Amino acid sequence: MTSLIIIGIYLAILLVLGLASNRLFRGTSVDYMLASHSIGPFLLLMSLFGTTMTGFSMVGSSSASYRVGIGIYGLMASSSAILHPLCFFLIGLRLWSLGHRYGYSTQIEFFKDRLESPRIGWALFPVVVGLVIPYVLVGILSAGAVFNGASLDLFETAFADYGNGIPPWLGSLVVCLVVLTYVFFGGMRGTAWANAFQTCVFMALGVITFFVLVNGIGGQESFIDSLKSASSAVDPLKLSREKMPHRDYFAFLLIPFSIGMFPHIFQHWLTARDANAFKLPIVAHPLFVMIVWAPCVLIGTWASADGILPEGVNPNALLSYLVATHSGKVLAGLLTAGILAAIMSSLDSQFLCLGTMFTKDILRRKVGSEEDDRKTVFLARSFVVAVVAVCYLLSLVVPGGVFNLGVWCFAGFSALFPLVAAALYWRRLTSAGVYAGILTTAVLWCFEFWKSGYGVDKHYEFLGIHPVVSLVAGSTIAMIAVSLVTRPPSDETLQKFFPEKQAA
Amino acid sequence: MRKTVWPLLALLVILHHDFWFWDDPTLLFGWFPVGLLYHVGLSIVAGGFWLFAVLCAWPAYLVEDATKIANDRSNAGESAEAPQA
Repeated sequence: MTSLIIIGIYLAILLVLGLASNRLFRGTSVDYMLASHSIGPFLLLMSLFGTTMTGFSMVGSSSASYRVGIGIYGLMASSSAILHPLCFFLIGLRLWSLGHRYGYSTQIEFFKDRLESPRIGWALFPVVVGLVIPYVLVGILSAGAVFNGASLDLFETAFADYGNGIPPWLGSLVVCLVVLTYVFFGGMRGTAWANAFQTCVFMALGVITFFVLVNGIGGQESFIDSLKSASSAVDPLKLSREKMPHRDYFAFLLIPFSIGMFPHIFQHWLTARDANAFKLPIVAHPLFVMIVWAPCVLIGTWASADGILPEGVNPNALLSYLVATHSGKVLAGLLTAGILAAIMSSLDSQFLCLGTMFTKDILRRKVGSEEDDRKTVFLARSFVVAVVAVCYLLSLVVPGGVFNLGVWCFAGFSALFPLVAAALYWRRLTSAGVYAGILTTAVLWCFEFWKSGYGVDKHYEFLGIHPVVSLVAGSTIAMIAVSLVTRPPSDETLQKFFPEKQAA
Repeated sequence: MRKTVWPLLALLVILHHDFWFWDDPTLLFGWFPVGLLYHVGLSIVAGGFWLFAVLCAWPAYLVEDATKIANDRSNAGESAEAPQA
């Protein structure tokens, strides 16, 4: 019950933040979708970091290191620490500049203009939305599971099928409604405020949890002795990367590039007040990654020692289990709120982004009169409601295997990354080249996903290496080859996107 | 200085693939796995590297453009709206 009260307070704070941000709402579509390009360095850092880090950064990192050991940090965290800021620096900054200058709200608006191809959206929209939706579903399902885990045996007789706790479908519904409320009323400003708060929550709780668990797992009187005791009990294989293939480690370097094509990250980039607002996110992102991941990886690795995690406990629940075992109910409740924070800080941006894409890319709303703009805001809000409703309903019917889709979504977005990089830095890129890249990504992704048993075979390799390599290579080769044999964009367009001082 | 940024980034990526600590389960200070400490350190170095990149290779024309856009808007009395394509 304590956990639920803490979660309830946490969700109430989010609602208050969303409603408070609505007081600053200027009534325009640019304000609703992009916070009127008013987001400064701190909010940009927190919203970009919160959106990038999902529930996986806390729950998944600890359970993965429980299975694999410390290698998970190098595989997923330090690569992101190096390459995410690269995407902010090379892609985000330039897209912000172009978006600011030409009034883009979505990626597709940019590609249409850059490629002189009004129909490029018909190819890009289904692929981008098709890759985002499973990612959203994983968040919704995870939130339901967190609620259920926090409320087991809460009821005496009710919900016996769910361990007498809150059923996952109800937990997911509550989270969807809370996120919908603050996104609906607060738009991008509400999302940025909520993300900042959520990021503070999950970072602080990650560190606090670490210090509490060190003594619990190590079991010694002093903190240092507990650290030594916890580490010395671990199988040496998990203290190194002996079992991690070099080629997989190398292939995973391509995964962080996926954020360069995330539509919700694109939208956050456009909210920046000025170019200087990017400086703090670029510099602080690696340190934030370290603060969140290092404690979780250490805890997961320590938990792999004999006697820490009893048989039958799901490794995905190890963080919750350890906190419940080694600390009080209050910290357990706070940690649950922290995990929800990590999940919700991605969900809100994805919901808003999908609503924006339907409004701008499908209905092709252009802002004209004040009346038109009010209608655009109304439509964007309606689409956000529809997107949340559809995603929630899908989460009720989708098979549990959707969790396997996580890395596949990232791999798909990584394969689309060469398109945005080339659009910004390669004058010779043509619309036919982009069509070829999108088509190759879609075909290869579907084929490899099918061959992997729809993601069930987690060790599936294509031509002896992780699928992300063939996806990125395939889309890049197709894009370059077709671009070179088709007609480049007009000089006018090239001058617009590559003025002299930016020319390659 | 600007020209050193990209070679340094390439070096950082190479350093990420630390085959020299691959099989090493040594615990530094009696508790910190050396392979993990190396990558935690690499994350901190990455922060330092990006600070260097921001200071030495910042695309100044973007800042000029942004200032110009902000001034144009302010002159046109459109404090909040983005220009339309």
